[in-house]
Amino acid sequence: MSTDAPTSTAAPEAGPPGRQRDPVSIGRRVLRTFLYQRELTPIVITIALFAYFAIRAGSNFTGTLSLSSAVGFAGPVAGIAIGEVLLLVLAEIDLSAGQVFLFCPWVMYWMHNDGVPLVLAIVIALIAVSAVGAINGLITVRLNVPSFVTTLAMNFILYGVVLVASNNLQGSPIPLSGGTSFISQFMGVWKWSEILWVIALTIILAVMLSRTRFGVRIVATGGNLVGAAEAGVPTRRVKVWCFVICSFVAGLVGIVDSIKYGTLDPGNFGVDYILYAVGACVIGGTALTGGRGTVVGAFIGAILLGVLQDGLTVIGVSTNDFFIYVGLVIIFAMALNVQFDRLIARSRSR
Amino acid sequence: MSASPQPAAPMPPAADGVPVLEVRGVTKRFGALSVLRGIDFALRQGEVLGLVGDNGAGKSTLVKILSGFHAPDGGEIFIEGQRVSFNSVEAARSNGIETVYQDLALIPQLPVYQNLFLGHEITRLGPIRFLDKGEMRKLARQYLDDINVNVPSVDAEAVDLSGGQRQAIAVARSVRAATKILLLDEPLSAMGARESRLIIDLVKDLASSGRVSIIVIDHNYAHLFELCDRLNVIDGGRITLDQQVHETSIEELTELMVSSYRRQLAEVQNAGA
Repeated sequence: MSTDAPTSTAAPEAGPPGRQRDPVSIGRRVLRTFLYQRELTPIVITIALFAYFAIRAGSNFTGTLSLSSAVGFAGPVAGIAIGEVLLLVLAEIDLSAGQVFLFCPWVMYWMHNDGVPLVLAIVIALIAVSAVGAINGLITVRLNVPSFVTTLAMNFILYGVVLVASNNLQGSPIPLSGGTSFISQFMGVWKWSEILWVIALTIILAVMLSRTRFGVRIVATGGNLVGAAEAGVPTRRVKVWCFVICSFVAGLVGIVDSIKYGTLDPGNFGVDYILYAVGACVIGGTALTGGRGTVVGAFIGAILLGVLQDGLTVIGVSTNDFFIYVGLVIIFAMALNVQFDRLIARSRSR
Repeated sequence: MSASPQPAAPMPPAADGVPVLEVRGVTKRFGALSVLRGIDFALRQGEVLGLVGDNGAGKSTLVKILSGFHAPDGGEIFIEGQRVSFNSVEAARSNGIETVYQDLALIPQLPVYQNLFLGHEITRLGPIRFLDKGEMRKLARQYLDDINVNVPSVDAEAVDLSGGQRQAIAVARSVRAATKILLLDEPLSAMGARESRLIIDLVKDLASSGRVSIIVIDHNYAHLFELCDRLNVIDGGRITLDQQVHETSIEELTELMVSSYRRQLAEVQNAGA
């Protein structure tokens, strides 16, 4: 967007109409690019981390086993984060998306066990989680309940539904899981299929956010709620749809994830996932104040966490230390974002 | 959604034809506060009508009703003789009404060209509505050059613009899109002399084309006398004066506003006594 040649933002009164181009040094140009393209910083950090672990641990890190473990962590987090980022751009949040990710395969599992054909069971599960998203959205925009609260409550409700309906027993076997057919492999059994699903969804959502009228409406609603409404943006409808999309995407990736691992554990708690996902969005340059954030950034944030988690394991750092590093990375990312905003503000007032 | 035409409303045709907009007995309350107590006025084809009144007189509320942002509690609105009731800004827009709001309705994080086309995006590929960013950029550049609005770049985010530039973009957006009626709520309040001149010229151009009728709210009488054909004074939620601009003067209007203020003050004091 702003990678065009830098333009003077000062002195609009001076000179003839049209754009003025200042000769700017390469250093400042690079700084500007990083300031405005927030996903660049986490990309560079991810590459640096990758290089660091690759040098430290060699093929122990770059081997298939290690990398599939990295994407095994990053896949679910990214699958939740890429939908979550839409809500963060709207200045809303969905704390139930992690539980939706866990809940969706349960619906498929129950339906299938009751004799519903698998394809239909998957469709019903996706409709069910879309309805969950619609309920989250409608409660938020119609009853004016903050989405933080609406979706926190939804998280507990879905968790409880799974515990009650499963009798606290594991769900197994998951249909398709462990199969060798193409469809089994495609739907999650192949170790790279989940991350490919997530990459495909990332591309779709990224195009939607940055290249469609709906995307403009999301940014407009999150950037200036009243202004967007005055300009004719149906802000409530936009919000409800984003809750639906977030739930749908998390649920879809949840199904793939369940086929990948083959069992469903009713004790899994969605908050564990959602906090990583929100962390990934923040690492990817999303401001929680609305109006700013990218789908690609959220995806990169999740990859960064996956590389970090796997890399630390490979070089022999205890899993417990991982949480300390995650915390530090999130704080660092947010602080960097805030400092970038200050730099932009300063360059403006000059 | 859109206007609901009703069986021929009784409308005695005025000498100069059916008004493009007629408002009859419109009322609006916010809780216990009665902001509009029965507004009646008409806007003729190609006319520029100024609305004058104290802060809190109900001018902005009236504009927000006409633009579809608020629903009125009572009264009727006619567009070219057809009764309409808007339940959304989109519905008002599809009836050719565009609005420049006091708070500008710009999105700080969007670039200039996307703000200029907000709500009127140029899109491709049917239902998916992909943005045609190249076309919007090109048209935005052309249009802003045509009307002499100076911005650093059409790709600059609105937050990077000065107050006057932002206002110019907000006005330009609506002027570009208006097909029937343009509502301007204090369009010049944040502007320097050069930009004010630019907007006044833009609005006068649009008015002289005769295809769009305009309602302006402004506190600056000099601007109003330059822009408008006719002035209506709103006081206490009603229209209290309807004058052709050439039949009155800034002095007379000022005197009127002051005496109305004195009367209200006296009423308050009497009520307190």
